[in-house]
Amino acid sequence: MKMIVRFLAGVLISFVLVLQAQARVEIDITQGNVEPLPIAVTDFGGDSVASDIVGVINNNLRNSGLFKIIDKNAYIETGLTLNKTPRFEDWRTINAQALVNGQVSKLPDGRLRAEFRLWDVFAGDELTGQRYDIQPQFWRQVAHIISDKIYEALTGESGYFNTRIVFVDESGPKNKRVKRLAIMDQDGANVKTLTRGSDLVLTPRFSPTRQEVTYMSFEGGQPRVYLLQIETGQREVVGNFPGMTFSPRFSPDGQKVIMSLQQGGNANIYTMDLRSRSTTRLTNSASIDTAPSYSPDGSKIVFESDRGGAQQLYVMGAGGGGAKRISFGTGRYSTPVWSPRGDLIAFTKQSGGKFLIGVMRPDGSGERILTEGFHNEGPTWAPNGRVLMFFREIPGASGGPKLHSIDLTGYNERPINTPSFASDPAWSPLRN
Amino acid sequence: MLASNPIFKSRAMIALFMGLSLAACAKKDNLPDNSGQLGLNGATPGSQQDFTVNVGDRVFFETDSSILTPVARQTLDKQAQWLLQYPNYPITLEGHADERGTREYNLALGARRAAATRDYLAGRGVPTSRMRTISFGKERPVAVCNDISCWSQNRRTVTVLAAPTG
Repeated sequence: MKMIVRFLAGVLISFVLVLQAQARVEIDITQGNVEPLPIAVTDFGGDSVASDIVGVINNNLRNSGLFKIIDKNAYIETGLTLNKTPRFEDWRTINAQALVNGQVSKLPDGRLRAEFRLWDVFAGDELTGQRYDIQPQFWRQVAHIISDKIYEALTGESGYFNTRIVFVDESGPKNKRVKRLAIMDQDGANVKTLTRGSDLVLTPRFSPTRQEVTYMSFEGGQPRVYLLQIETGQREVVGNFPGMTFSPRFSPDGQKVIMSLQQGGNANIYTMDLRSRSTTRLTNSASIDTAPSYSPDGSKIVFESDRGGAQQLYVMGAGGGGAKRISFGTGRYSTPVWSPRGDLIAFTKQSGGKFLIGVMRPDGSGERILTEGFHNEGPTWAPNGRVLMFFREIPGASGGPKLHSIDLTGYNERPINTPSFASDPAWSPLRN
Repeated sequence: MLASNPIFKSRAMIALFMGLSLAACAKKDNLPDNSGQLGLNGATPGSQQDFTVNVGDRVFFETDSSILTPVARQTLDKQAQWLLQYPNYPITLEGHADERGTREYNLALGARRAAATRDYLAGRGVPTSRMRTISFGKERPVAVCNDISCWSQNRRTVTVLAAPTG
């Protein structure tokens, strides 16, 4: 066990060193360069659900960029079952540092039983193991849960595989785009649309506590912020404001929605308490104040404002007032999102005719650019604060946005498969 | 990925320079706005077609600006005159932004353009009770190429006439 932990601790420490070394230069592109940990995930038994579960686990681990899946054909020990202790020297020979064995069986009541064990090959120790009895239709979710257990045991970080993404599905020509809210698993599976496409919808965000999203819709020609219950499809307008409300997001306790209200040429930030329905105005300036996002402890709010002439990031207390500018690099900064860990703020930056995704500390120090190009926009954090997702526009008349994920180090950028063009991703909390 | 700061800076300079020179070109042929000189074009006076063809239903803005240009003010002067002559049309001012901005900001920027247009028309005597504003941000481009010539057509306020009342 210690061996693997030490190996990964080394990886994490080297990340930290890279970050600190580069924090001294003004604009910093970090290409993390980690040697993935070789891991073998053996068959979970013969039937197709078992191999589907292993497939999802392998895909999750590989996509995290932290693991290298060892090809089955390289195995020396075959037929390793759940209750057997592995022949560790066989796995050491093929340089597997971690090993997973497991079993999927059918219970008399029709449910599936999925079990796994995770081994430190070099120490010859069992690191963790679990058993789950589930309805067969939840096989994918159990595969994500097992992936999270493996990730957590080997990295010491919480997982992010058992999560979903809400996003905007885009179809039709660029000048007549049809936009629908859609939801899918973090790996792009199980896509479902939540709205029918008759109204323009934008910027969905997950509730941290309920199966609920807040988003903006142009329903009835009145652009306003709404709440949508994911399971029932029930919708309601948030508040009764005298103008366009937009850019909504939940407070960390899920009890408030924070958003912008347009008044003439200015946008100011308001909250509405979902229980008492009372609203509070938090900014009062002759400028565009928008894209508010709470710190995870709920004590502060980061937002963008053009009060200084162009879009920049500001932090204020949750009660409003006393906003301090935190972004000072070259260019304009927008769409700030506070990391669930509290340590960083992700943003979109426009500079030199390009759109970049970056992170900085809440005091504005340590700015790092993770990716750049013609148009990257709208980062969202995985619940463990290690991975971000954003959308990237392909330019031109037939172009459109697609979702991408990237590690916090700027390493392991990869496209997320969606049925059509996709924008405005928002990551859910870890599911139970 | 950017290799190093010096390269980044020089690229940024080139991009800035190109942006400026293209903006200068775009100003010269600042598209419609002059349709009023074309005569009546067979449109019935007082019809929506008359307004669109002979007055011009839209004004354009510079990048990230809601300031009405001299050309835009000329168009709005003509719009105000027409709207006062035909007082039964309720009006929606639709503000739009180009695609080279972030979504939330562009919603507010479109609203700011619509508000600037409404305020100007109000100053020319069009009653505010006839006018409502809406912003579509960058969501409804009219020109879809990946070029400054398209982006400049998308930075606009469109004066949309509803069915006449009374």
